[in-house]
Amino acid sequence: MPIQFQFEPIFAESDRIVDGVLLTLGLSFGAIVLGLVLAILLVAAKSLLGRWVGLLVDAYVELMRNTPFLVQLFMLFFGLPLLGIRLPGTEAALLAMTLNLSAYATEIIRAGVDSIHRSQLEAGLSLAMTRRQVFQHVVLMPALARVWPALSSQFVLMLLASSICSFIAVPELSGTAAIIEQNTFRSFETYIVVTLIYLVLALTLKVALDRLGRAIFPRISSVDRLDAKAEAA
Amino acid sequence: MTTFGWPEALFLFRAAGWTLLLTAIAFLIGGLLGGVLAIMRLSRIRIVRRIAATYILVIQSIPVLMVLFMSYYGLSLFGVELPPFLAASASLAIYVSAYLAEIWRGSIESVPFQQWEASASLAHSPAQTYRHVILPQAVRISLPPTVGFLVQLVKNTSIVSVVGFVELARAGQLVNNATFDSFRVFGLVALIYFAICFPLSRLSRHLEKVMNASRPH
Amino acid sequence: MPAVLIEDVHKSYGKLEVLKGVSLSVETGQVVALIGRSGSGKSTMLRCINGLEAFQSGRIEVAGHVVDQDPKRLRALRKDVGIVFQSYNLFPHLTVGQNIMLSPRITKNVPQAEALALAKDVLAQVGLSDKFDSYPDNLSGGQQQRVAIARSLAMQPKVMLFDEVTSALDPELTGEVLLVMEKLAKGGMTMILVTHEMNFARNVANTTVFMHQGKIWEQGPSRELFAAPQTPELQGFVKAGAQG
Repeated sequence: MPIQFQFEPIFAESDRIVDGVLLTLGLSFGAIVLGLVLAILLVAAKSLLGRWVGLLVDAYVELMRNTPFLVQLFMLFFGLPLLGIRLPGTEAALLAMTLNLSAYATEIIRAGVDSIHRSQLEAGLSLAMTRRQVFQHVVLMPALARVWPALSSQFVLMLLASSICSFIAVPELSGTAAIIEQNTFRSFETYIVVTLIYLVLALTLKVALDRLGRAIFPRISSVDRLDAKAEAA
Repeated sequence: MTTFGWPEALFLFRAAGWTLLLTAIAFLIGGLLGGVLAIMRLSRIRIVRRIAATYILVIQSIPVLMVLFMSYYGLSLFGVELPPFLAASASLAIYVSAYLAEIWRGSIESVPFQQWEASASLAHSPAQTYRHVILPQAVRISLPPTVGFLVQLVKNTSIVSVVGFVELARAGQLVNNATFDSFRVFGLVALIYFAICFPLSRLSRHLEKVMNASRPH
Repeated sequence: MPAVLIEDVHKSYGKLEVLKGVSLSVETGQVVALIGRSGSGKSTMLRCINGLEAFQSGRIEVAGHVVDQDPKRLRALRKDVGIVFQSYNLFPHLTVGQNIMLSPRITKNVPQAEALALAKDVLAQVGLSDKFDSYPDNLSGGQQQRVAIARSLAMQPKVMLFDEVTSALDPELTGEVLLVMEKLAKGGMTMILVTHEMNFARNVANTTVFMHQGKIWEQGPSRELFAAPQTPELQGFVKAGAQG
């Protein structure tokens, strides 16, 4: 029997799909911005504050990097209500994504900071800057510039990992797919369409982040960039 | 409703065994496929290179979850009803193959081209050059990132419950549904994952340090 | 018949022509030094001889093999033509002994015991018998280069090519490598070497060839060539060398 594909029922649900795409993008951008800010703060804390703070940051990073995103998501979604904090699925998803991304970004940015030559720090301190000022004005931007490609890959991986939020019924793109699948009974067609959308989103984000990097860090050549590898969440 | 006790914990530990087995099988099959893809990626024939590169790009640009769904529903479309464990291993293997292919291609390419020249100049065939000169060096170079990827794989096995297989994360969900003791249940689940992943992460970092120390000039 | 016959070889990288019709003949047992500024085409010429570089027109014949890019013929050619590189290019994952034994074993099916004896013999020739089980990383540059020579010798080549083999070495280590090469020359090996060591070219090479702008500008018996260079380019080159 030849296999019959029917895409019409899927396209009839296009409003739903658009909503799903928007939520996926919203969650991803939110997590990228918040996660990046948190990561910079964590790296700053590790660099500037005492040894104990550094160890705490390390512990946080290792804990997040060595447990699955799904389990982190479950912990927040099912666990927090026991503490009296009831987060709706979407908020729990954003929080989980932010925390997860921040740990990877911390590791990446730290590698960038470590790669800044000591003489740069000494030059800054010699100019009567405080250590905080040196970090802010001398170290941070060159470090970010060097690891931007690795950060970009990590951001794309976060976009892809956002699909896991469908496990707690968040109606982002793959959550939407589950609904459409139930409505139409066309599983394969549904997932082909959704997979293609993810593909387009991921490739677009990749290009956009590359452009953005060139715009923010115009004077850093690619040769300078640190070859830090991003890892799947 | 039951309480979270020894039987539940034991259930989780047993499920962790399935996570490990799933990891091992996906790594083996994915590794074989990935090895072929890596060599295809470096082929002299343009179209072969292109096919491998496209496969790798596509798989790396879609969620692992979608790889799972696509291979699961794709196979059932052709009337192939795989038992959950096989379906899960097969789809994870597809994901693994794309990432390992890219890691291994990078490792092969980072063997200096002078090694190819020296080998060719000694009358070795391309196959002999791979076998005796390039691959032994590439394997060493690839060890840290390969072990690092293993950590990602262990974590990503957590999502195969969508095709109905009960591994550690799914077992956690089941126990949680029965006990509602979410903190302890997912705490233990996280701890087990951590106990598997953390040593691997450390090993990867250790190997990297060793390699950097003994890198030939 | 000459051991190496080069006839009107032309080679370009895109629009840049690096060899503009080079012809040269080297008799068996002869030692020929190729000298010239960087970019003169001497290394490219040398690499054409064992097929590492393809050339667009002309003809090269070495030890009875016609050089082209056919993989099978190239392999047959390379069994008879050894090359030693500036950067040694030993296989870092193999010991010295394994580096030397690998190629005879896999390309000529030499039995293990015979390969072992062969390796010990060529290592003795380069004065490194005690380094059989060392890894390349643990050797000095000069020692690595001598192992590279031994590795080539183990293939029992009819012609040996040397591509600036002392350029990467500290000055105090070049002597030991040159000494090994001089011994080889005296033993009757047919050798073509690209070199910056003018004294070595003058004293060891039968013929010195000066290349300039992709052509053979001047050639002759080494002592005569260095004593009385004819062209202003070679005069300038020899003078600069004497000062440097």
